[in-house]
Amino acid sequence: MNDINTQPSILTIENLSIAYDKDKLAVKNVSATIKKNAITAIMGPSGCGKTTLLRAMNRMHELYPNISTTGQIRLYDENIYDMSTIKLRRKIGMVFQRPNPFPTLSIYDNVIAGYKLNGIKLKRSERDEIVETSLKNVTLWDEVKNSLHKKGNFLSGGQQQRLCIARALAFKPDVILLDEPTSALDPIATAKIEDLLIDLKENYSIVLVTHNMSQAARISDNAMYMYMGELIEYDETTKIFTNPKETSTQNYITGRFG
Amino acid sequence: MNQTNILAGKKVTELIPDLFSGRKLKDRLFLIGIVIFSLLTISMVVLIIGSMILKGYHQINWAFFTQSPPDTFQAMMAKMSGKTIPGGIINGITGSLYLVGIASLIAIPFGVLIGIYLYENSKKKYAGFIRDITDVLQGVPSIVIGLIVYLWVVVEITHGYSVLAGSVALAIMMLPLIIRSTEESLKMIPDTLKEAAIALGTPYYKVVMRVLIPSSFSGLMTGILLAISRILGETAPLMLTTLGNPAINWNIAKPVSAVPLLIWQFYNDPNMVDLIWSSSLFLMGFVLLLNILSKWIAARQK
Ligand SMILES: Nc1ncnc2c1ncn2[C@@H]1O[C@H](COP(=O)(O)OP(=O)(O)O)[C@@H](O)[C@H]1O
Ligand SMILES: [Mg+2]
Repeated sequence: MNDINTQPSILTIENLSIAYDKDKLAVKNVSATIKKNAITAIMGPSGCGKTTLLRAMNRMHELYPNISTTGQIRLYDENIYDMSTIKLRRKIGMVFQRPNPFPTLSIYDNVIAGYKLNGIKLKRSERDEIVETSLKNVTLWDEVKNSLHKKGNFLSGGQQQRLCIARALAFKPDVILLDEPTSALDPIATAKIEDLLIDLKENYSIVLVTHNMSQAARISDNAMYMYMGELIEYDETTKIFTNPKETSTQNYITGRFG
Repeated sequence: MNQTNILAGKKVTELIPDLFSGRKLKDRLFLIGIVIFSLLTISMVVLIIGSMILKGYHQINWAFFTQSPPDTFQAMMAKMSGKTIPGGIINGITGSLYLVGIASLIAIPFGVLIGIYLYENSKKKYAGFIRDITDVLQGVPSIVIGLIVYLWVVVEITHGYSVLAGSVALAIMMLPLIIRSTEESLKMIPDTLKEAAIALGTPYYKVVMRVLIPSSFSGLMTGILLAISRILGETAPLMLTTLGNPAINWNIAKPVSAVPLLIWQFYNDPNMVDLIWSSSLFLMGFVLLLNILSKWIAARQK
């Protein structure tokens, strides 16, 4: 078992292997425990399987037609491959590389899009409450509170990405998965999102894919290093960056990587 | 005199590239070609519209939109005393709207669903097969569609010419257009939008109904309106399926008139010739309106 410390876990990944086509494994026999109320970074060179591993955590990888998955992931004690994807994705939310608010919906409706799309009826006061808290959680409330019912296309990339995080938070999930959420953003917008993630871990467990090592070093508590589909090393971030056990990790950290 | 002066002292080889293979010359020739051909096209359109307006406008009055056509005797009397022909084409207008309405009710759900299927399964063999069939269908001459619907609906179901038969024929003609435009406009939606909805735990059919269709709404509407404007002028299949009707009819199992059918009837009656132009003007104006509407919808979305 790949357990890095005695902190409580939220997700347990066991012998997870994923192949897009029959023989080609994108994720190879990965085992790890994701810690509660922590930011876990997944690092590694492009194509090493970060996105695939992340998407497996709320079964978004199943959208690809010929994918095959072995092993398991447990949310607390429940195997996510036995849960309905609908229930699972409400507990494990996701934020994508490029901000993707719904262009046909207002800012307000974007925040509660999860409820709207699923036809979950809420009282007016509940809706208002969810929208306000979610937007405050992503520090977007003050910027948009006077244009809640406008469409969000005038927002900057960073604001749109925070809106997408708010949309994921609106379901009050246990875990939030983020796939290189700042790669399309400028440094100021990036810094805002990084600060935000640090605040959010009080209440949520966060898994963050990043190919930006300094970002992992700045904000993550624990970090995984992947290479060619394998989880090479997983430890507390400070240990990974100061004292990696594997030479492969060390090469990557010090930039001596091909 | 001048010209010889300019040319004097220059070798022929120096002049040739400038005259015959110079880029400027080619550009200019090309430009002149474009101007000539676009002027030709524009003048054609102006001629068509212009002659229709000139010959048709004086027939367009209140009666034109509220009454059915006169009989040939009434028309002859009016013509001989130099008056405008009485009556109008309300039976054709209501008939066209009725036919197009029922045809849309049939073709839109089928077309959109098949379009969604093709978009979702774009790489599967079966989808390619359906796409080929759609192309074939689009190439079938409308008179053949009319014949087939005559055999299937007129003979077998309504036992006579009917609105239903005409609508089915028009629906078959709309179908390939709607399928294609649905698939194309869905392809324009970024995948990330679909993923966003799925990641919120949205069941698949709700993703389609609440994200894909609204996001491609303008494309869908444009396709539907263009399909409608394409079939509005169809005449041949209607002759074999709805025949025509001198009065307004709302019974789906009975024959009905349509504007293009009326135009054909007016053409065959020397006393009614004036009504050809006003009816054509009306039909064209209507199609033009639909086109403008669809352009406006497409532009508004951006
Ligand atoms: N849709 C797909 N179909 C087939 N192979 C894929 C697909 N997506 C990713 N892969 C392959 O899986 C491996 C891991 O990809 P990915 O998880 O996207 O890596 P990362 O996010 O680390 O860049 C790569 O070799 C990639 O080529
Ligand atoms: Mg990736």
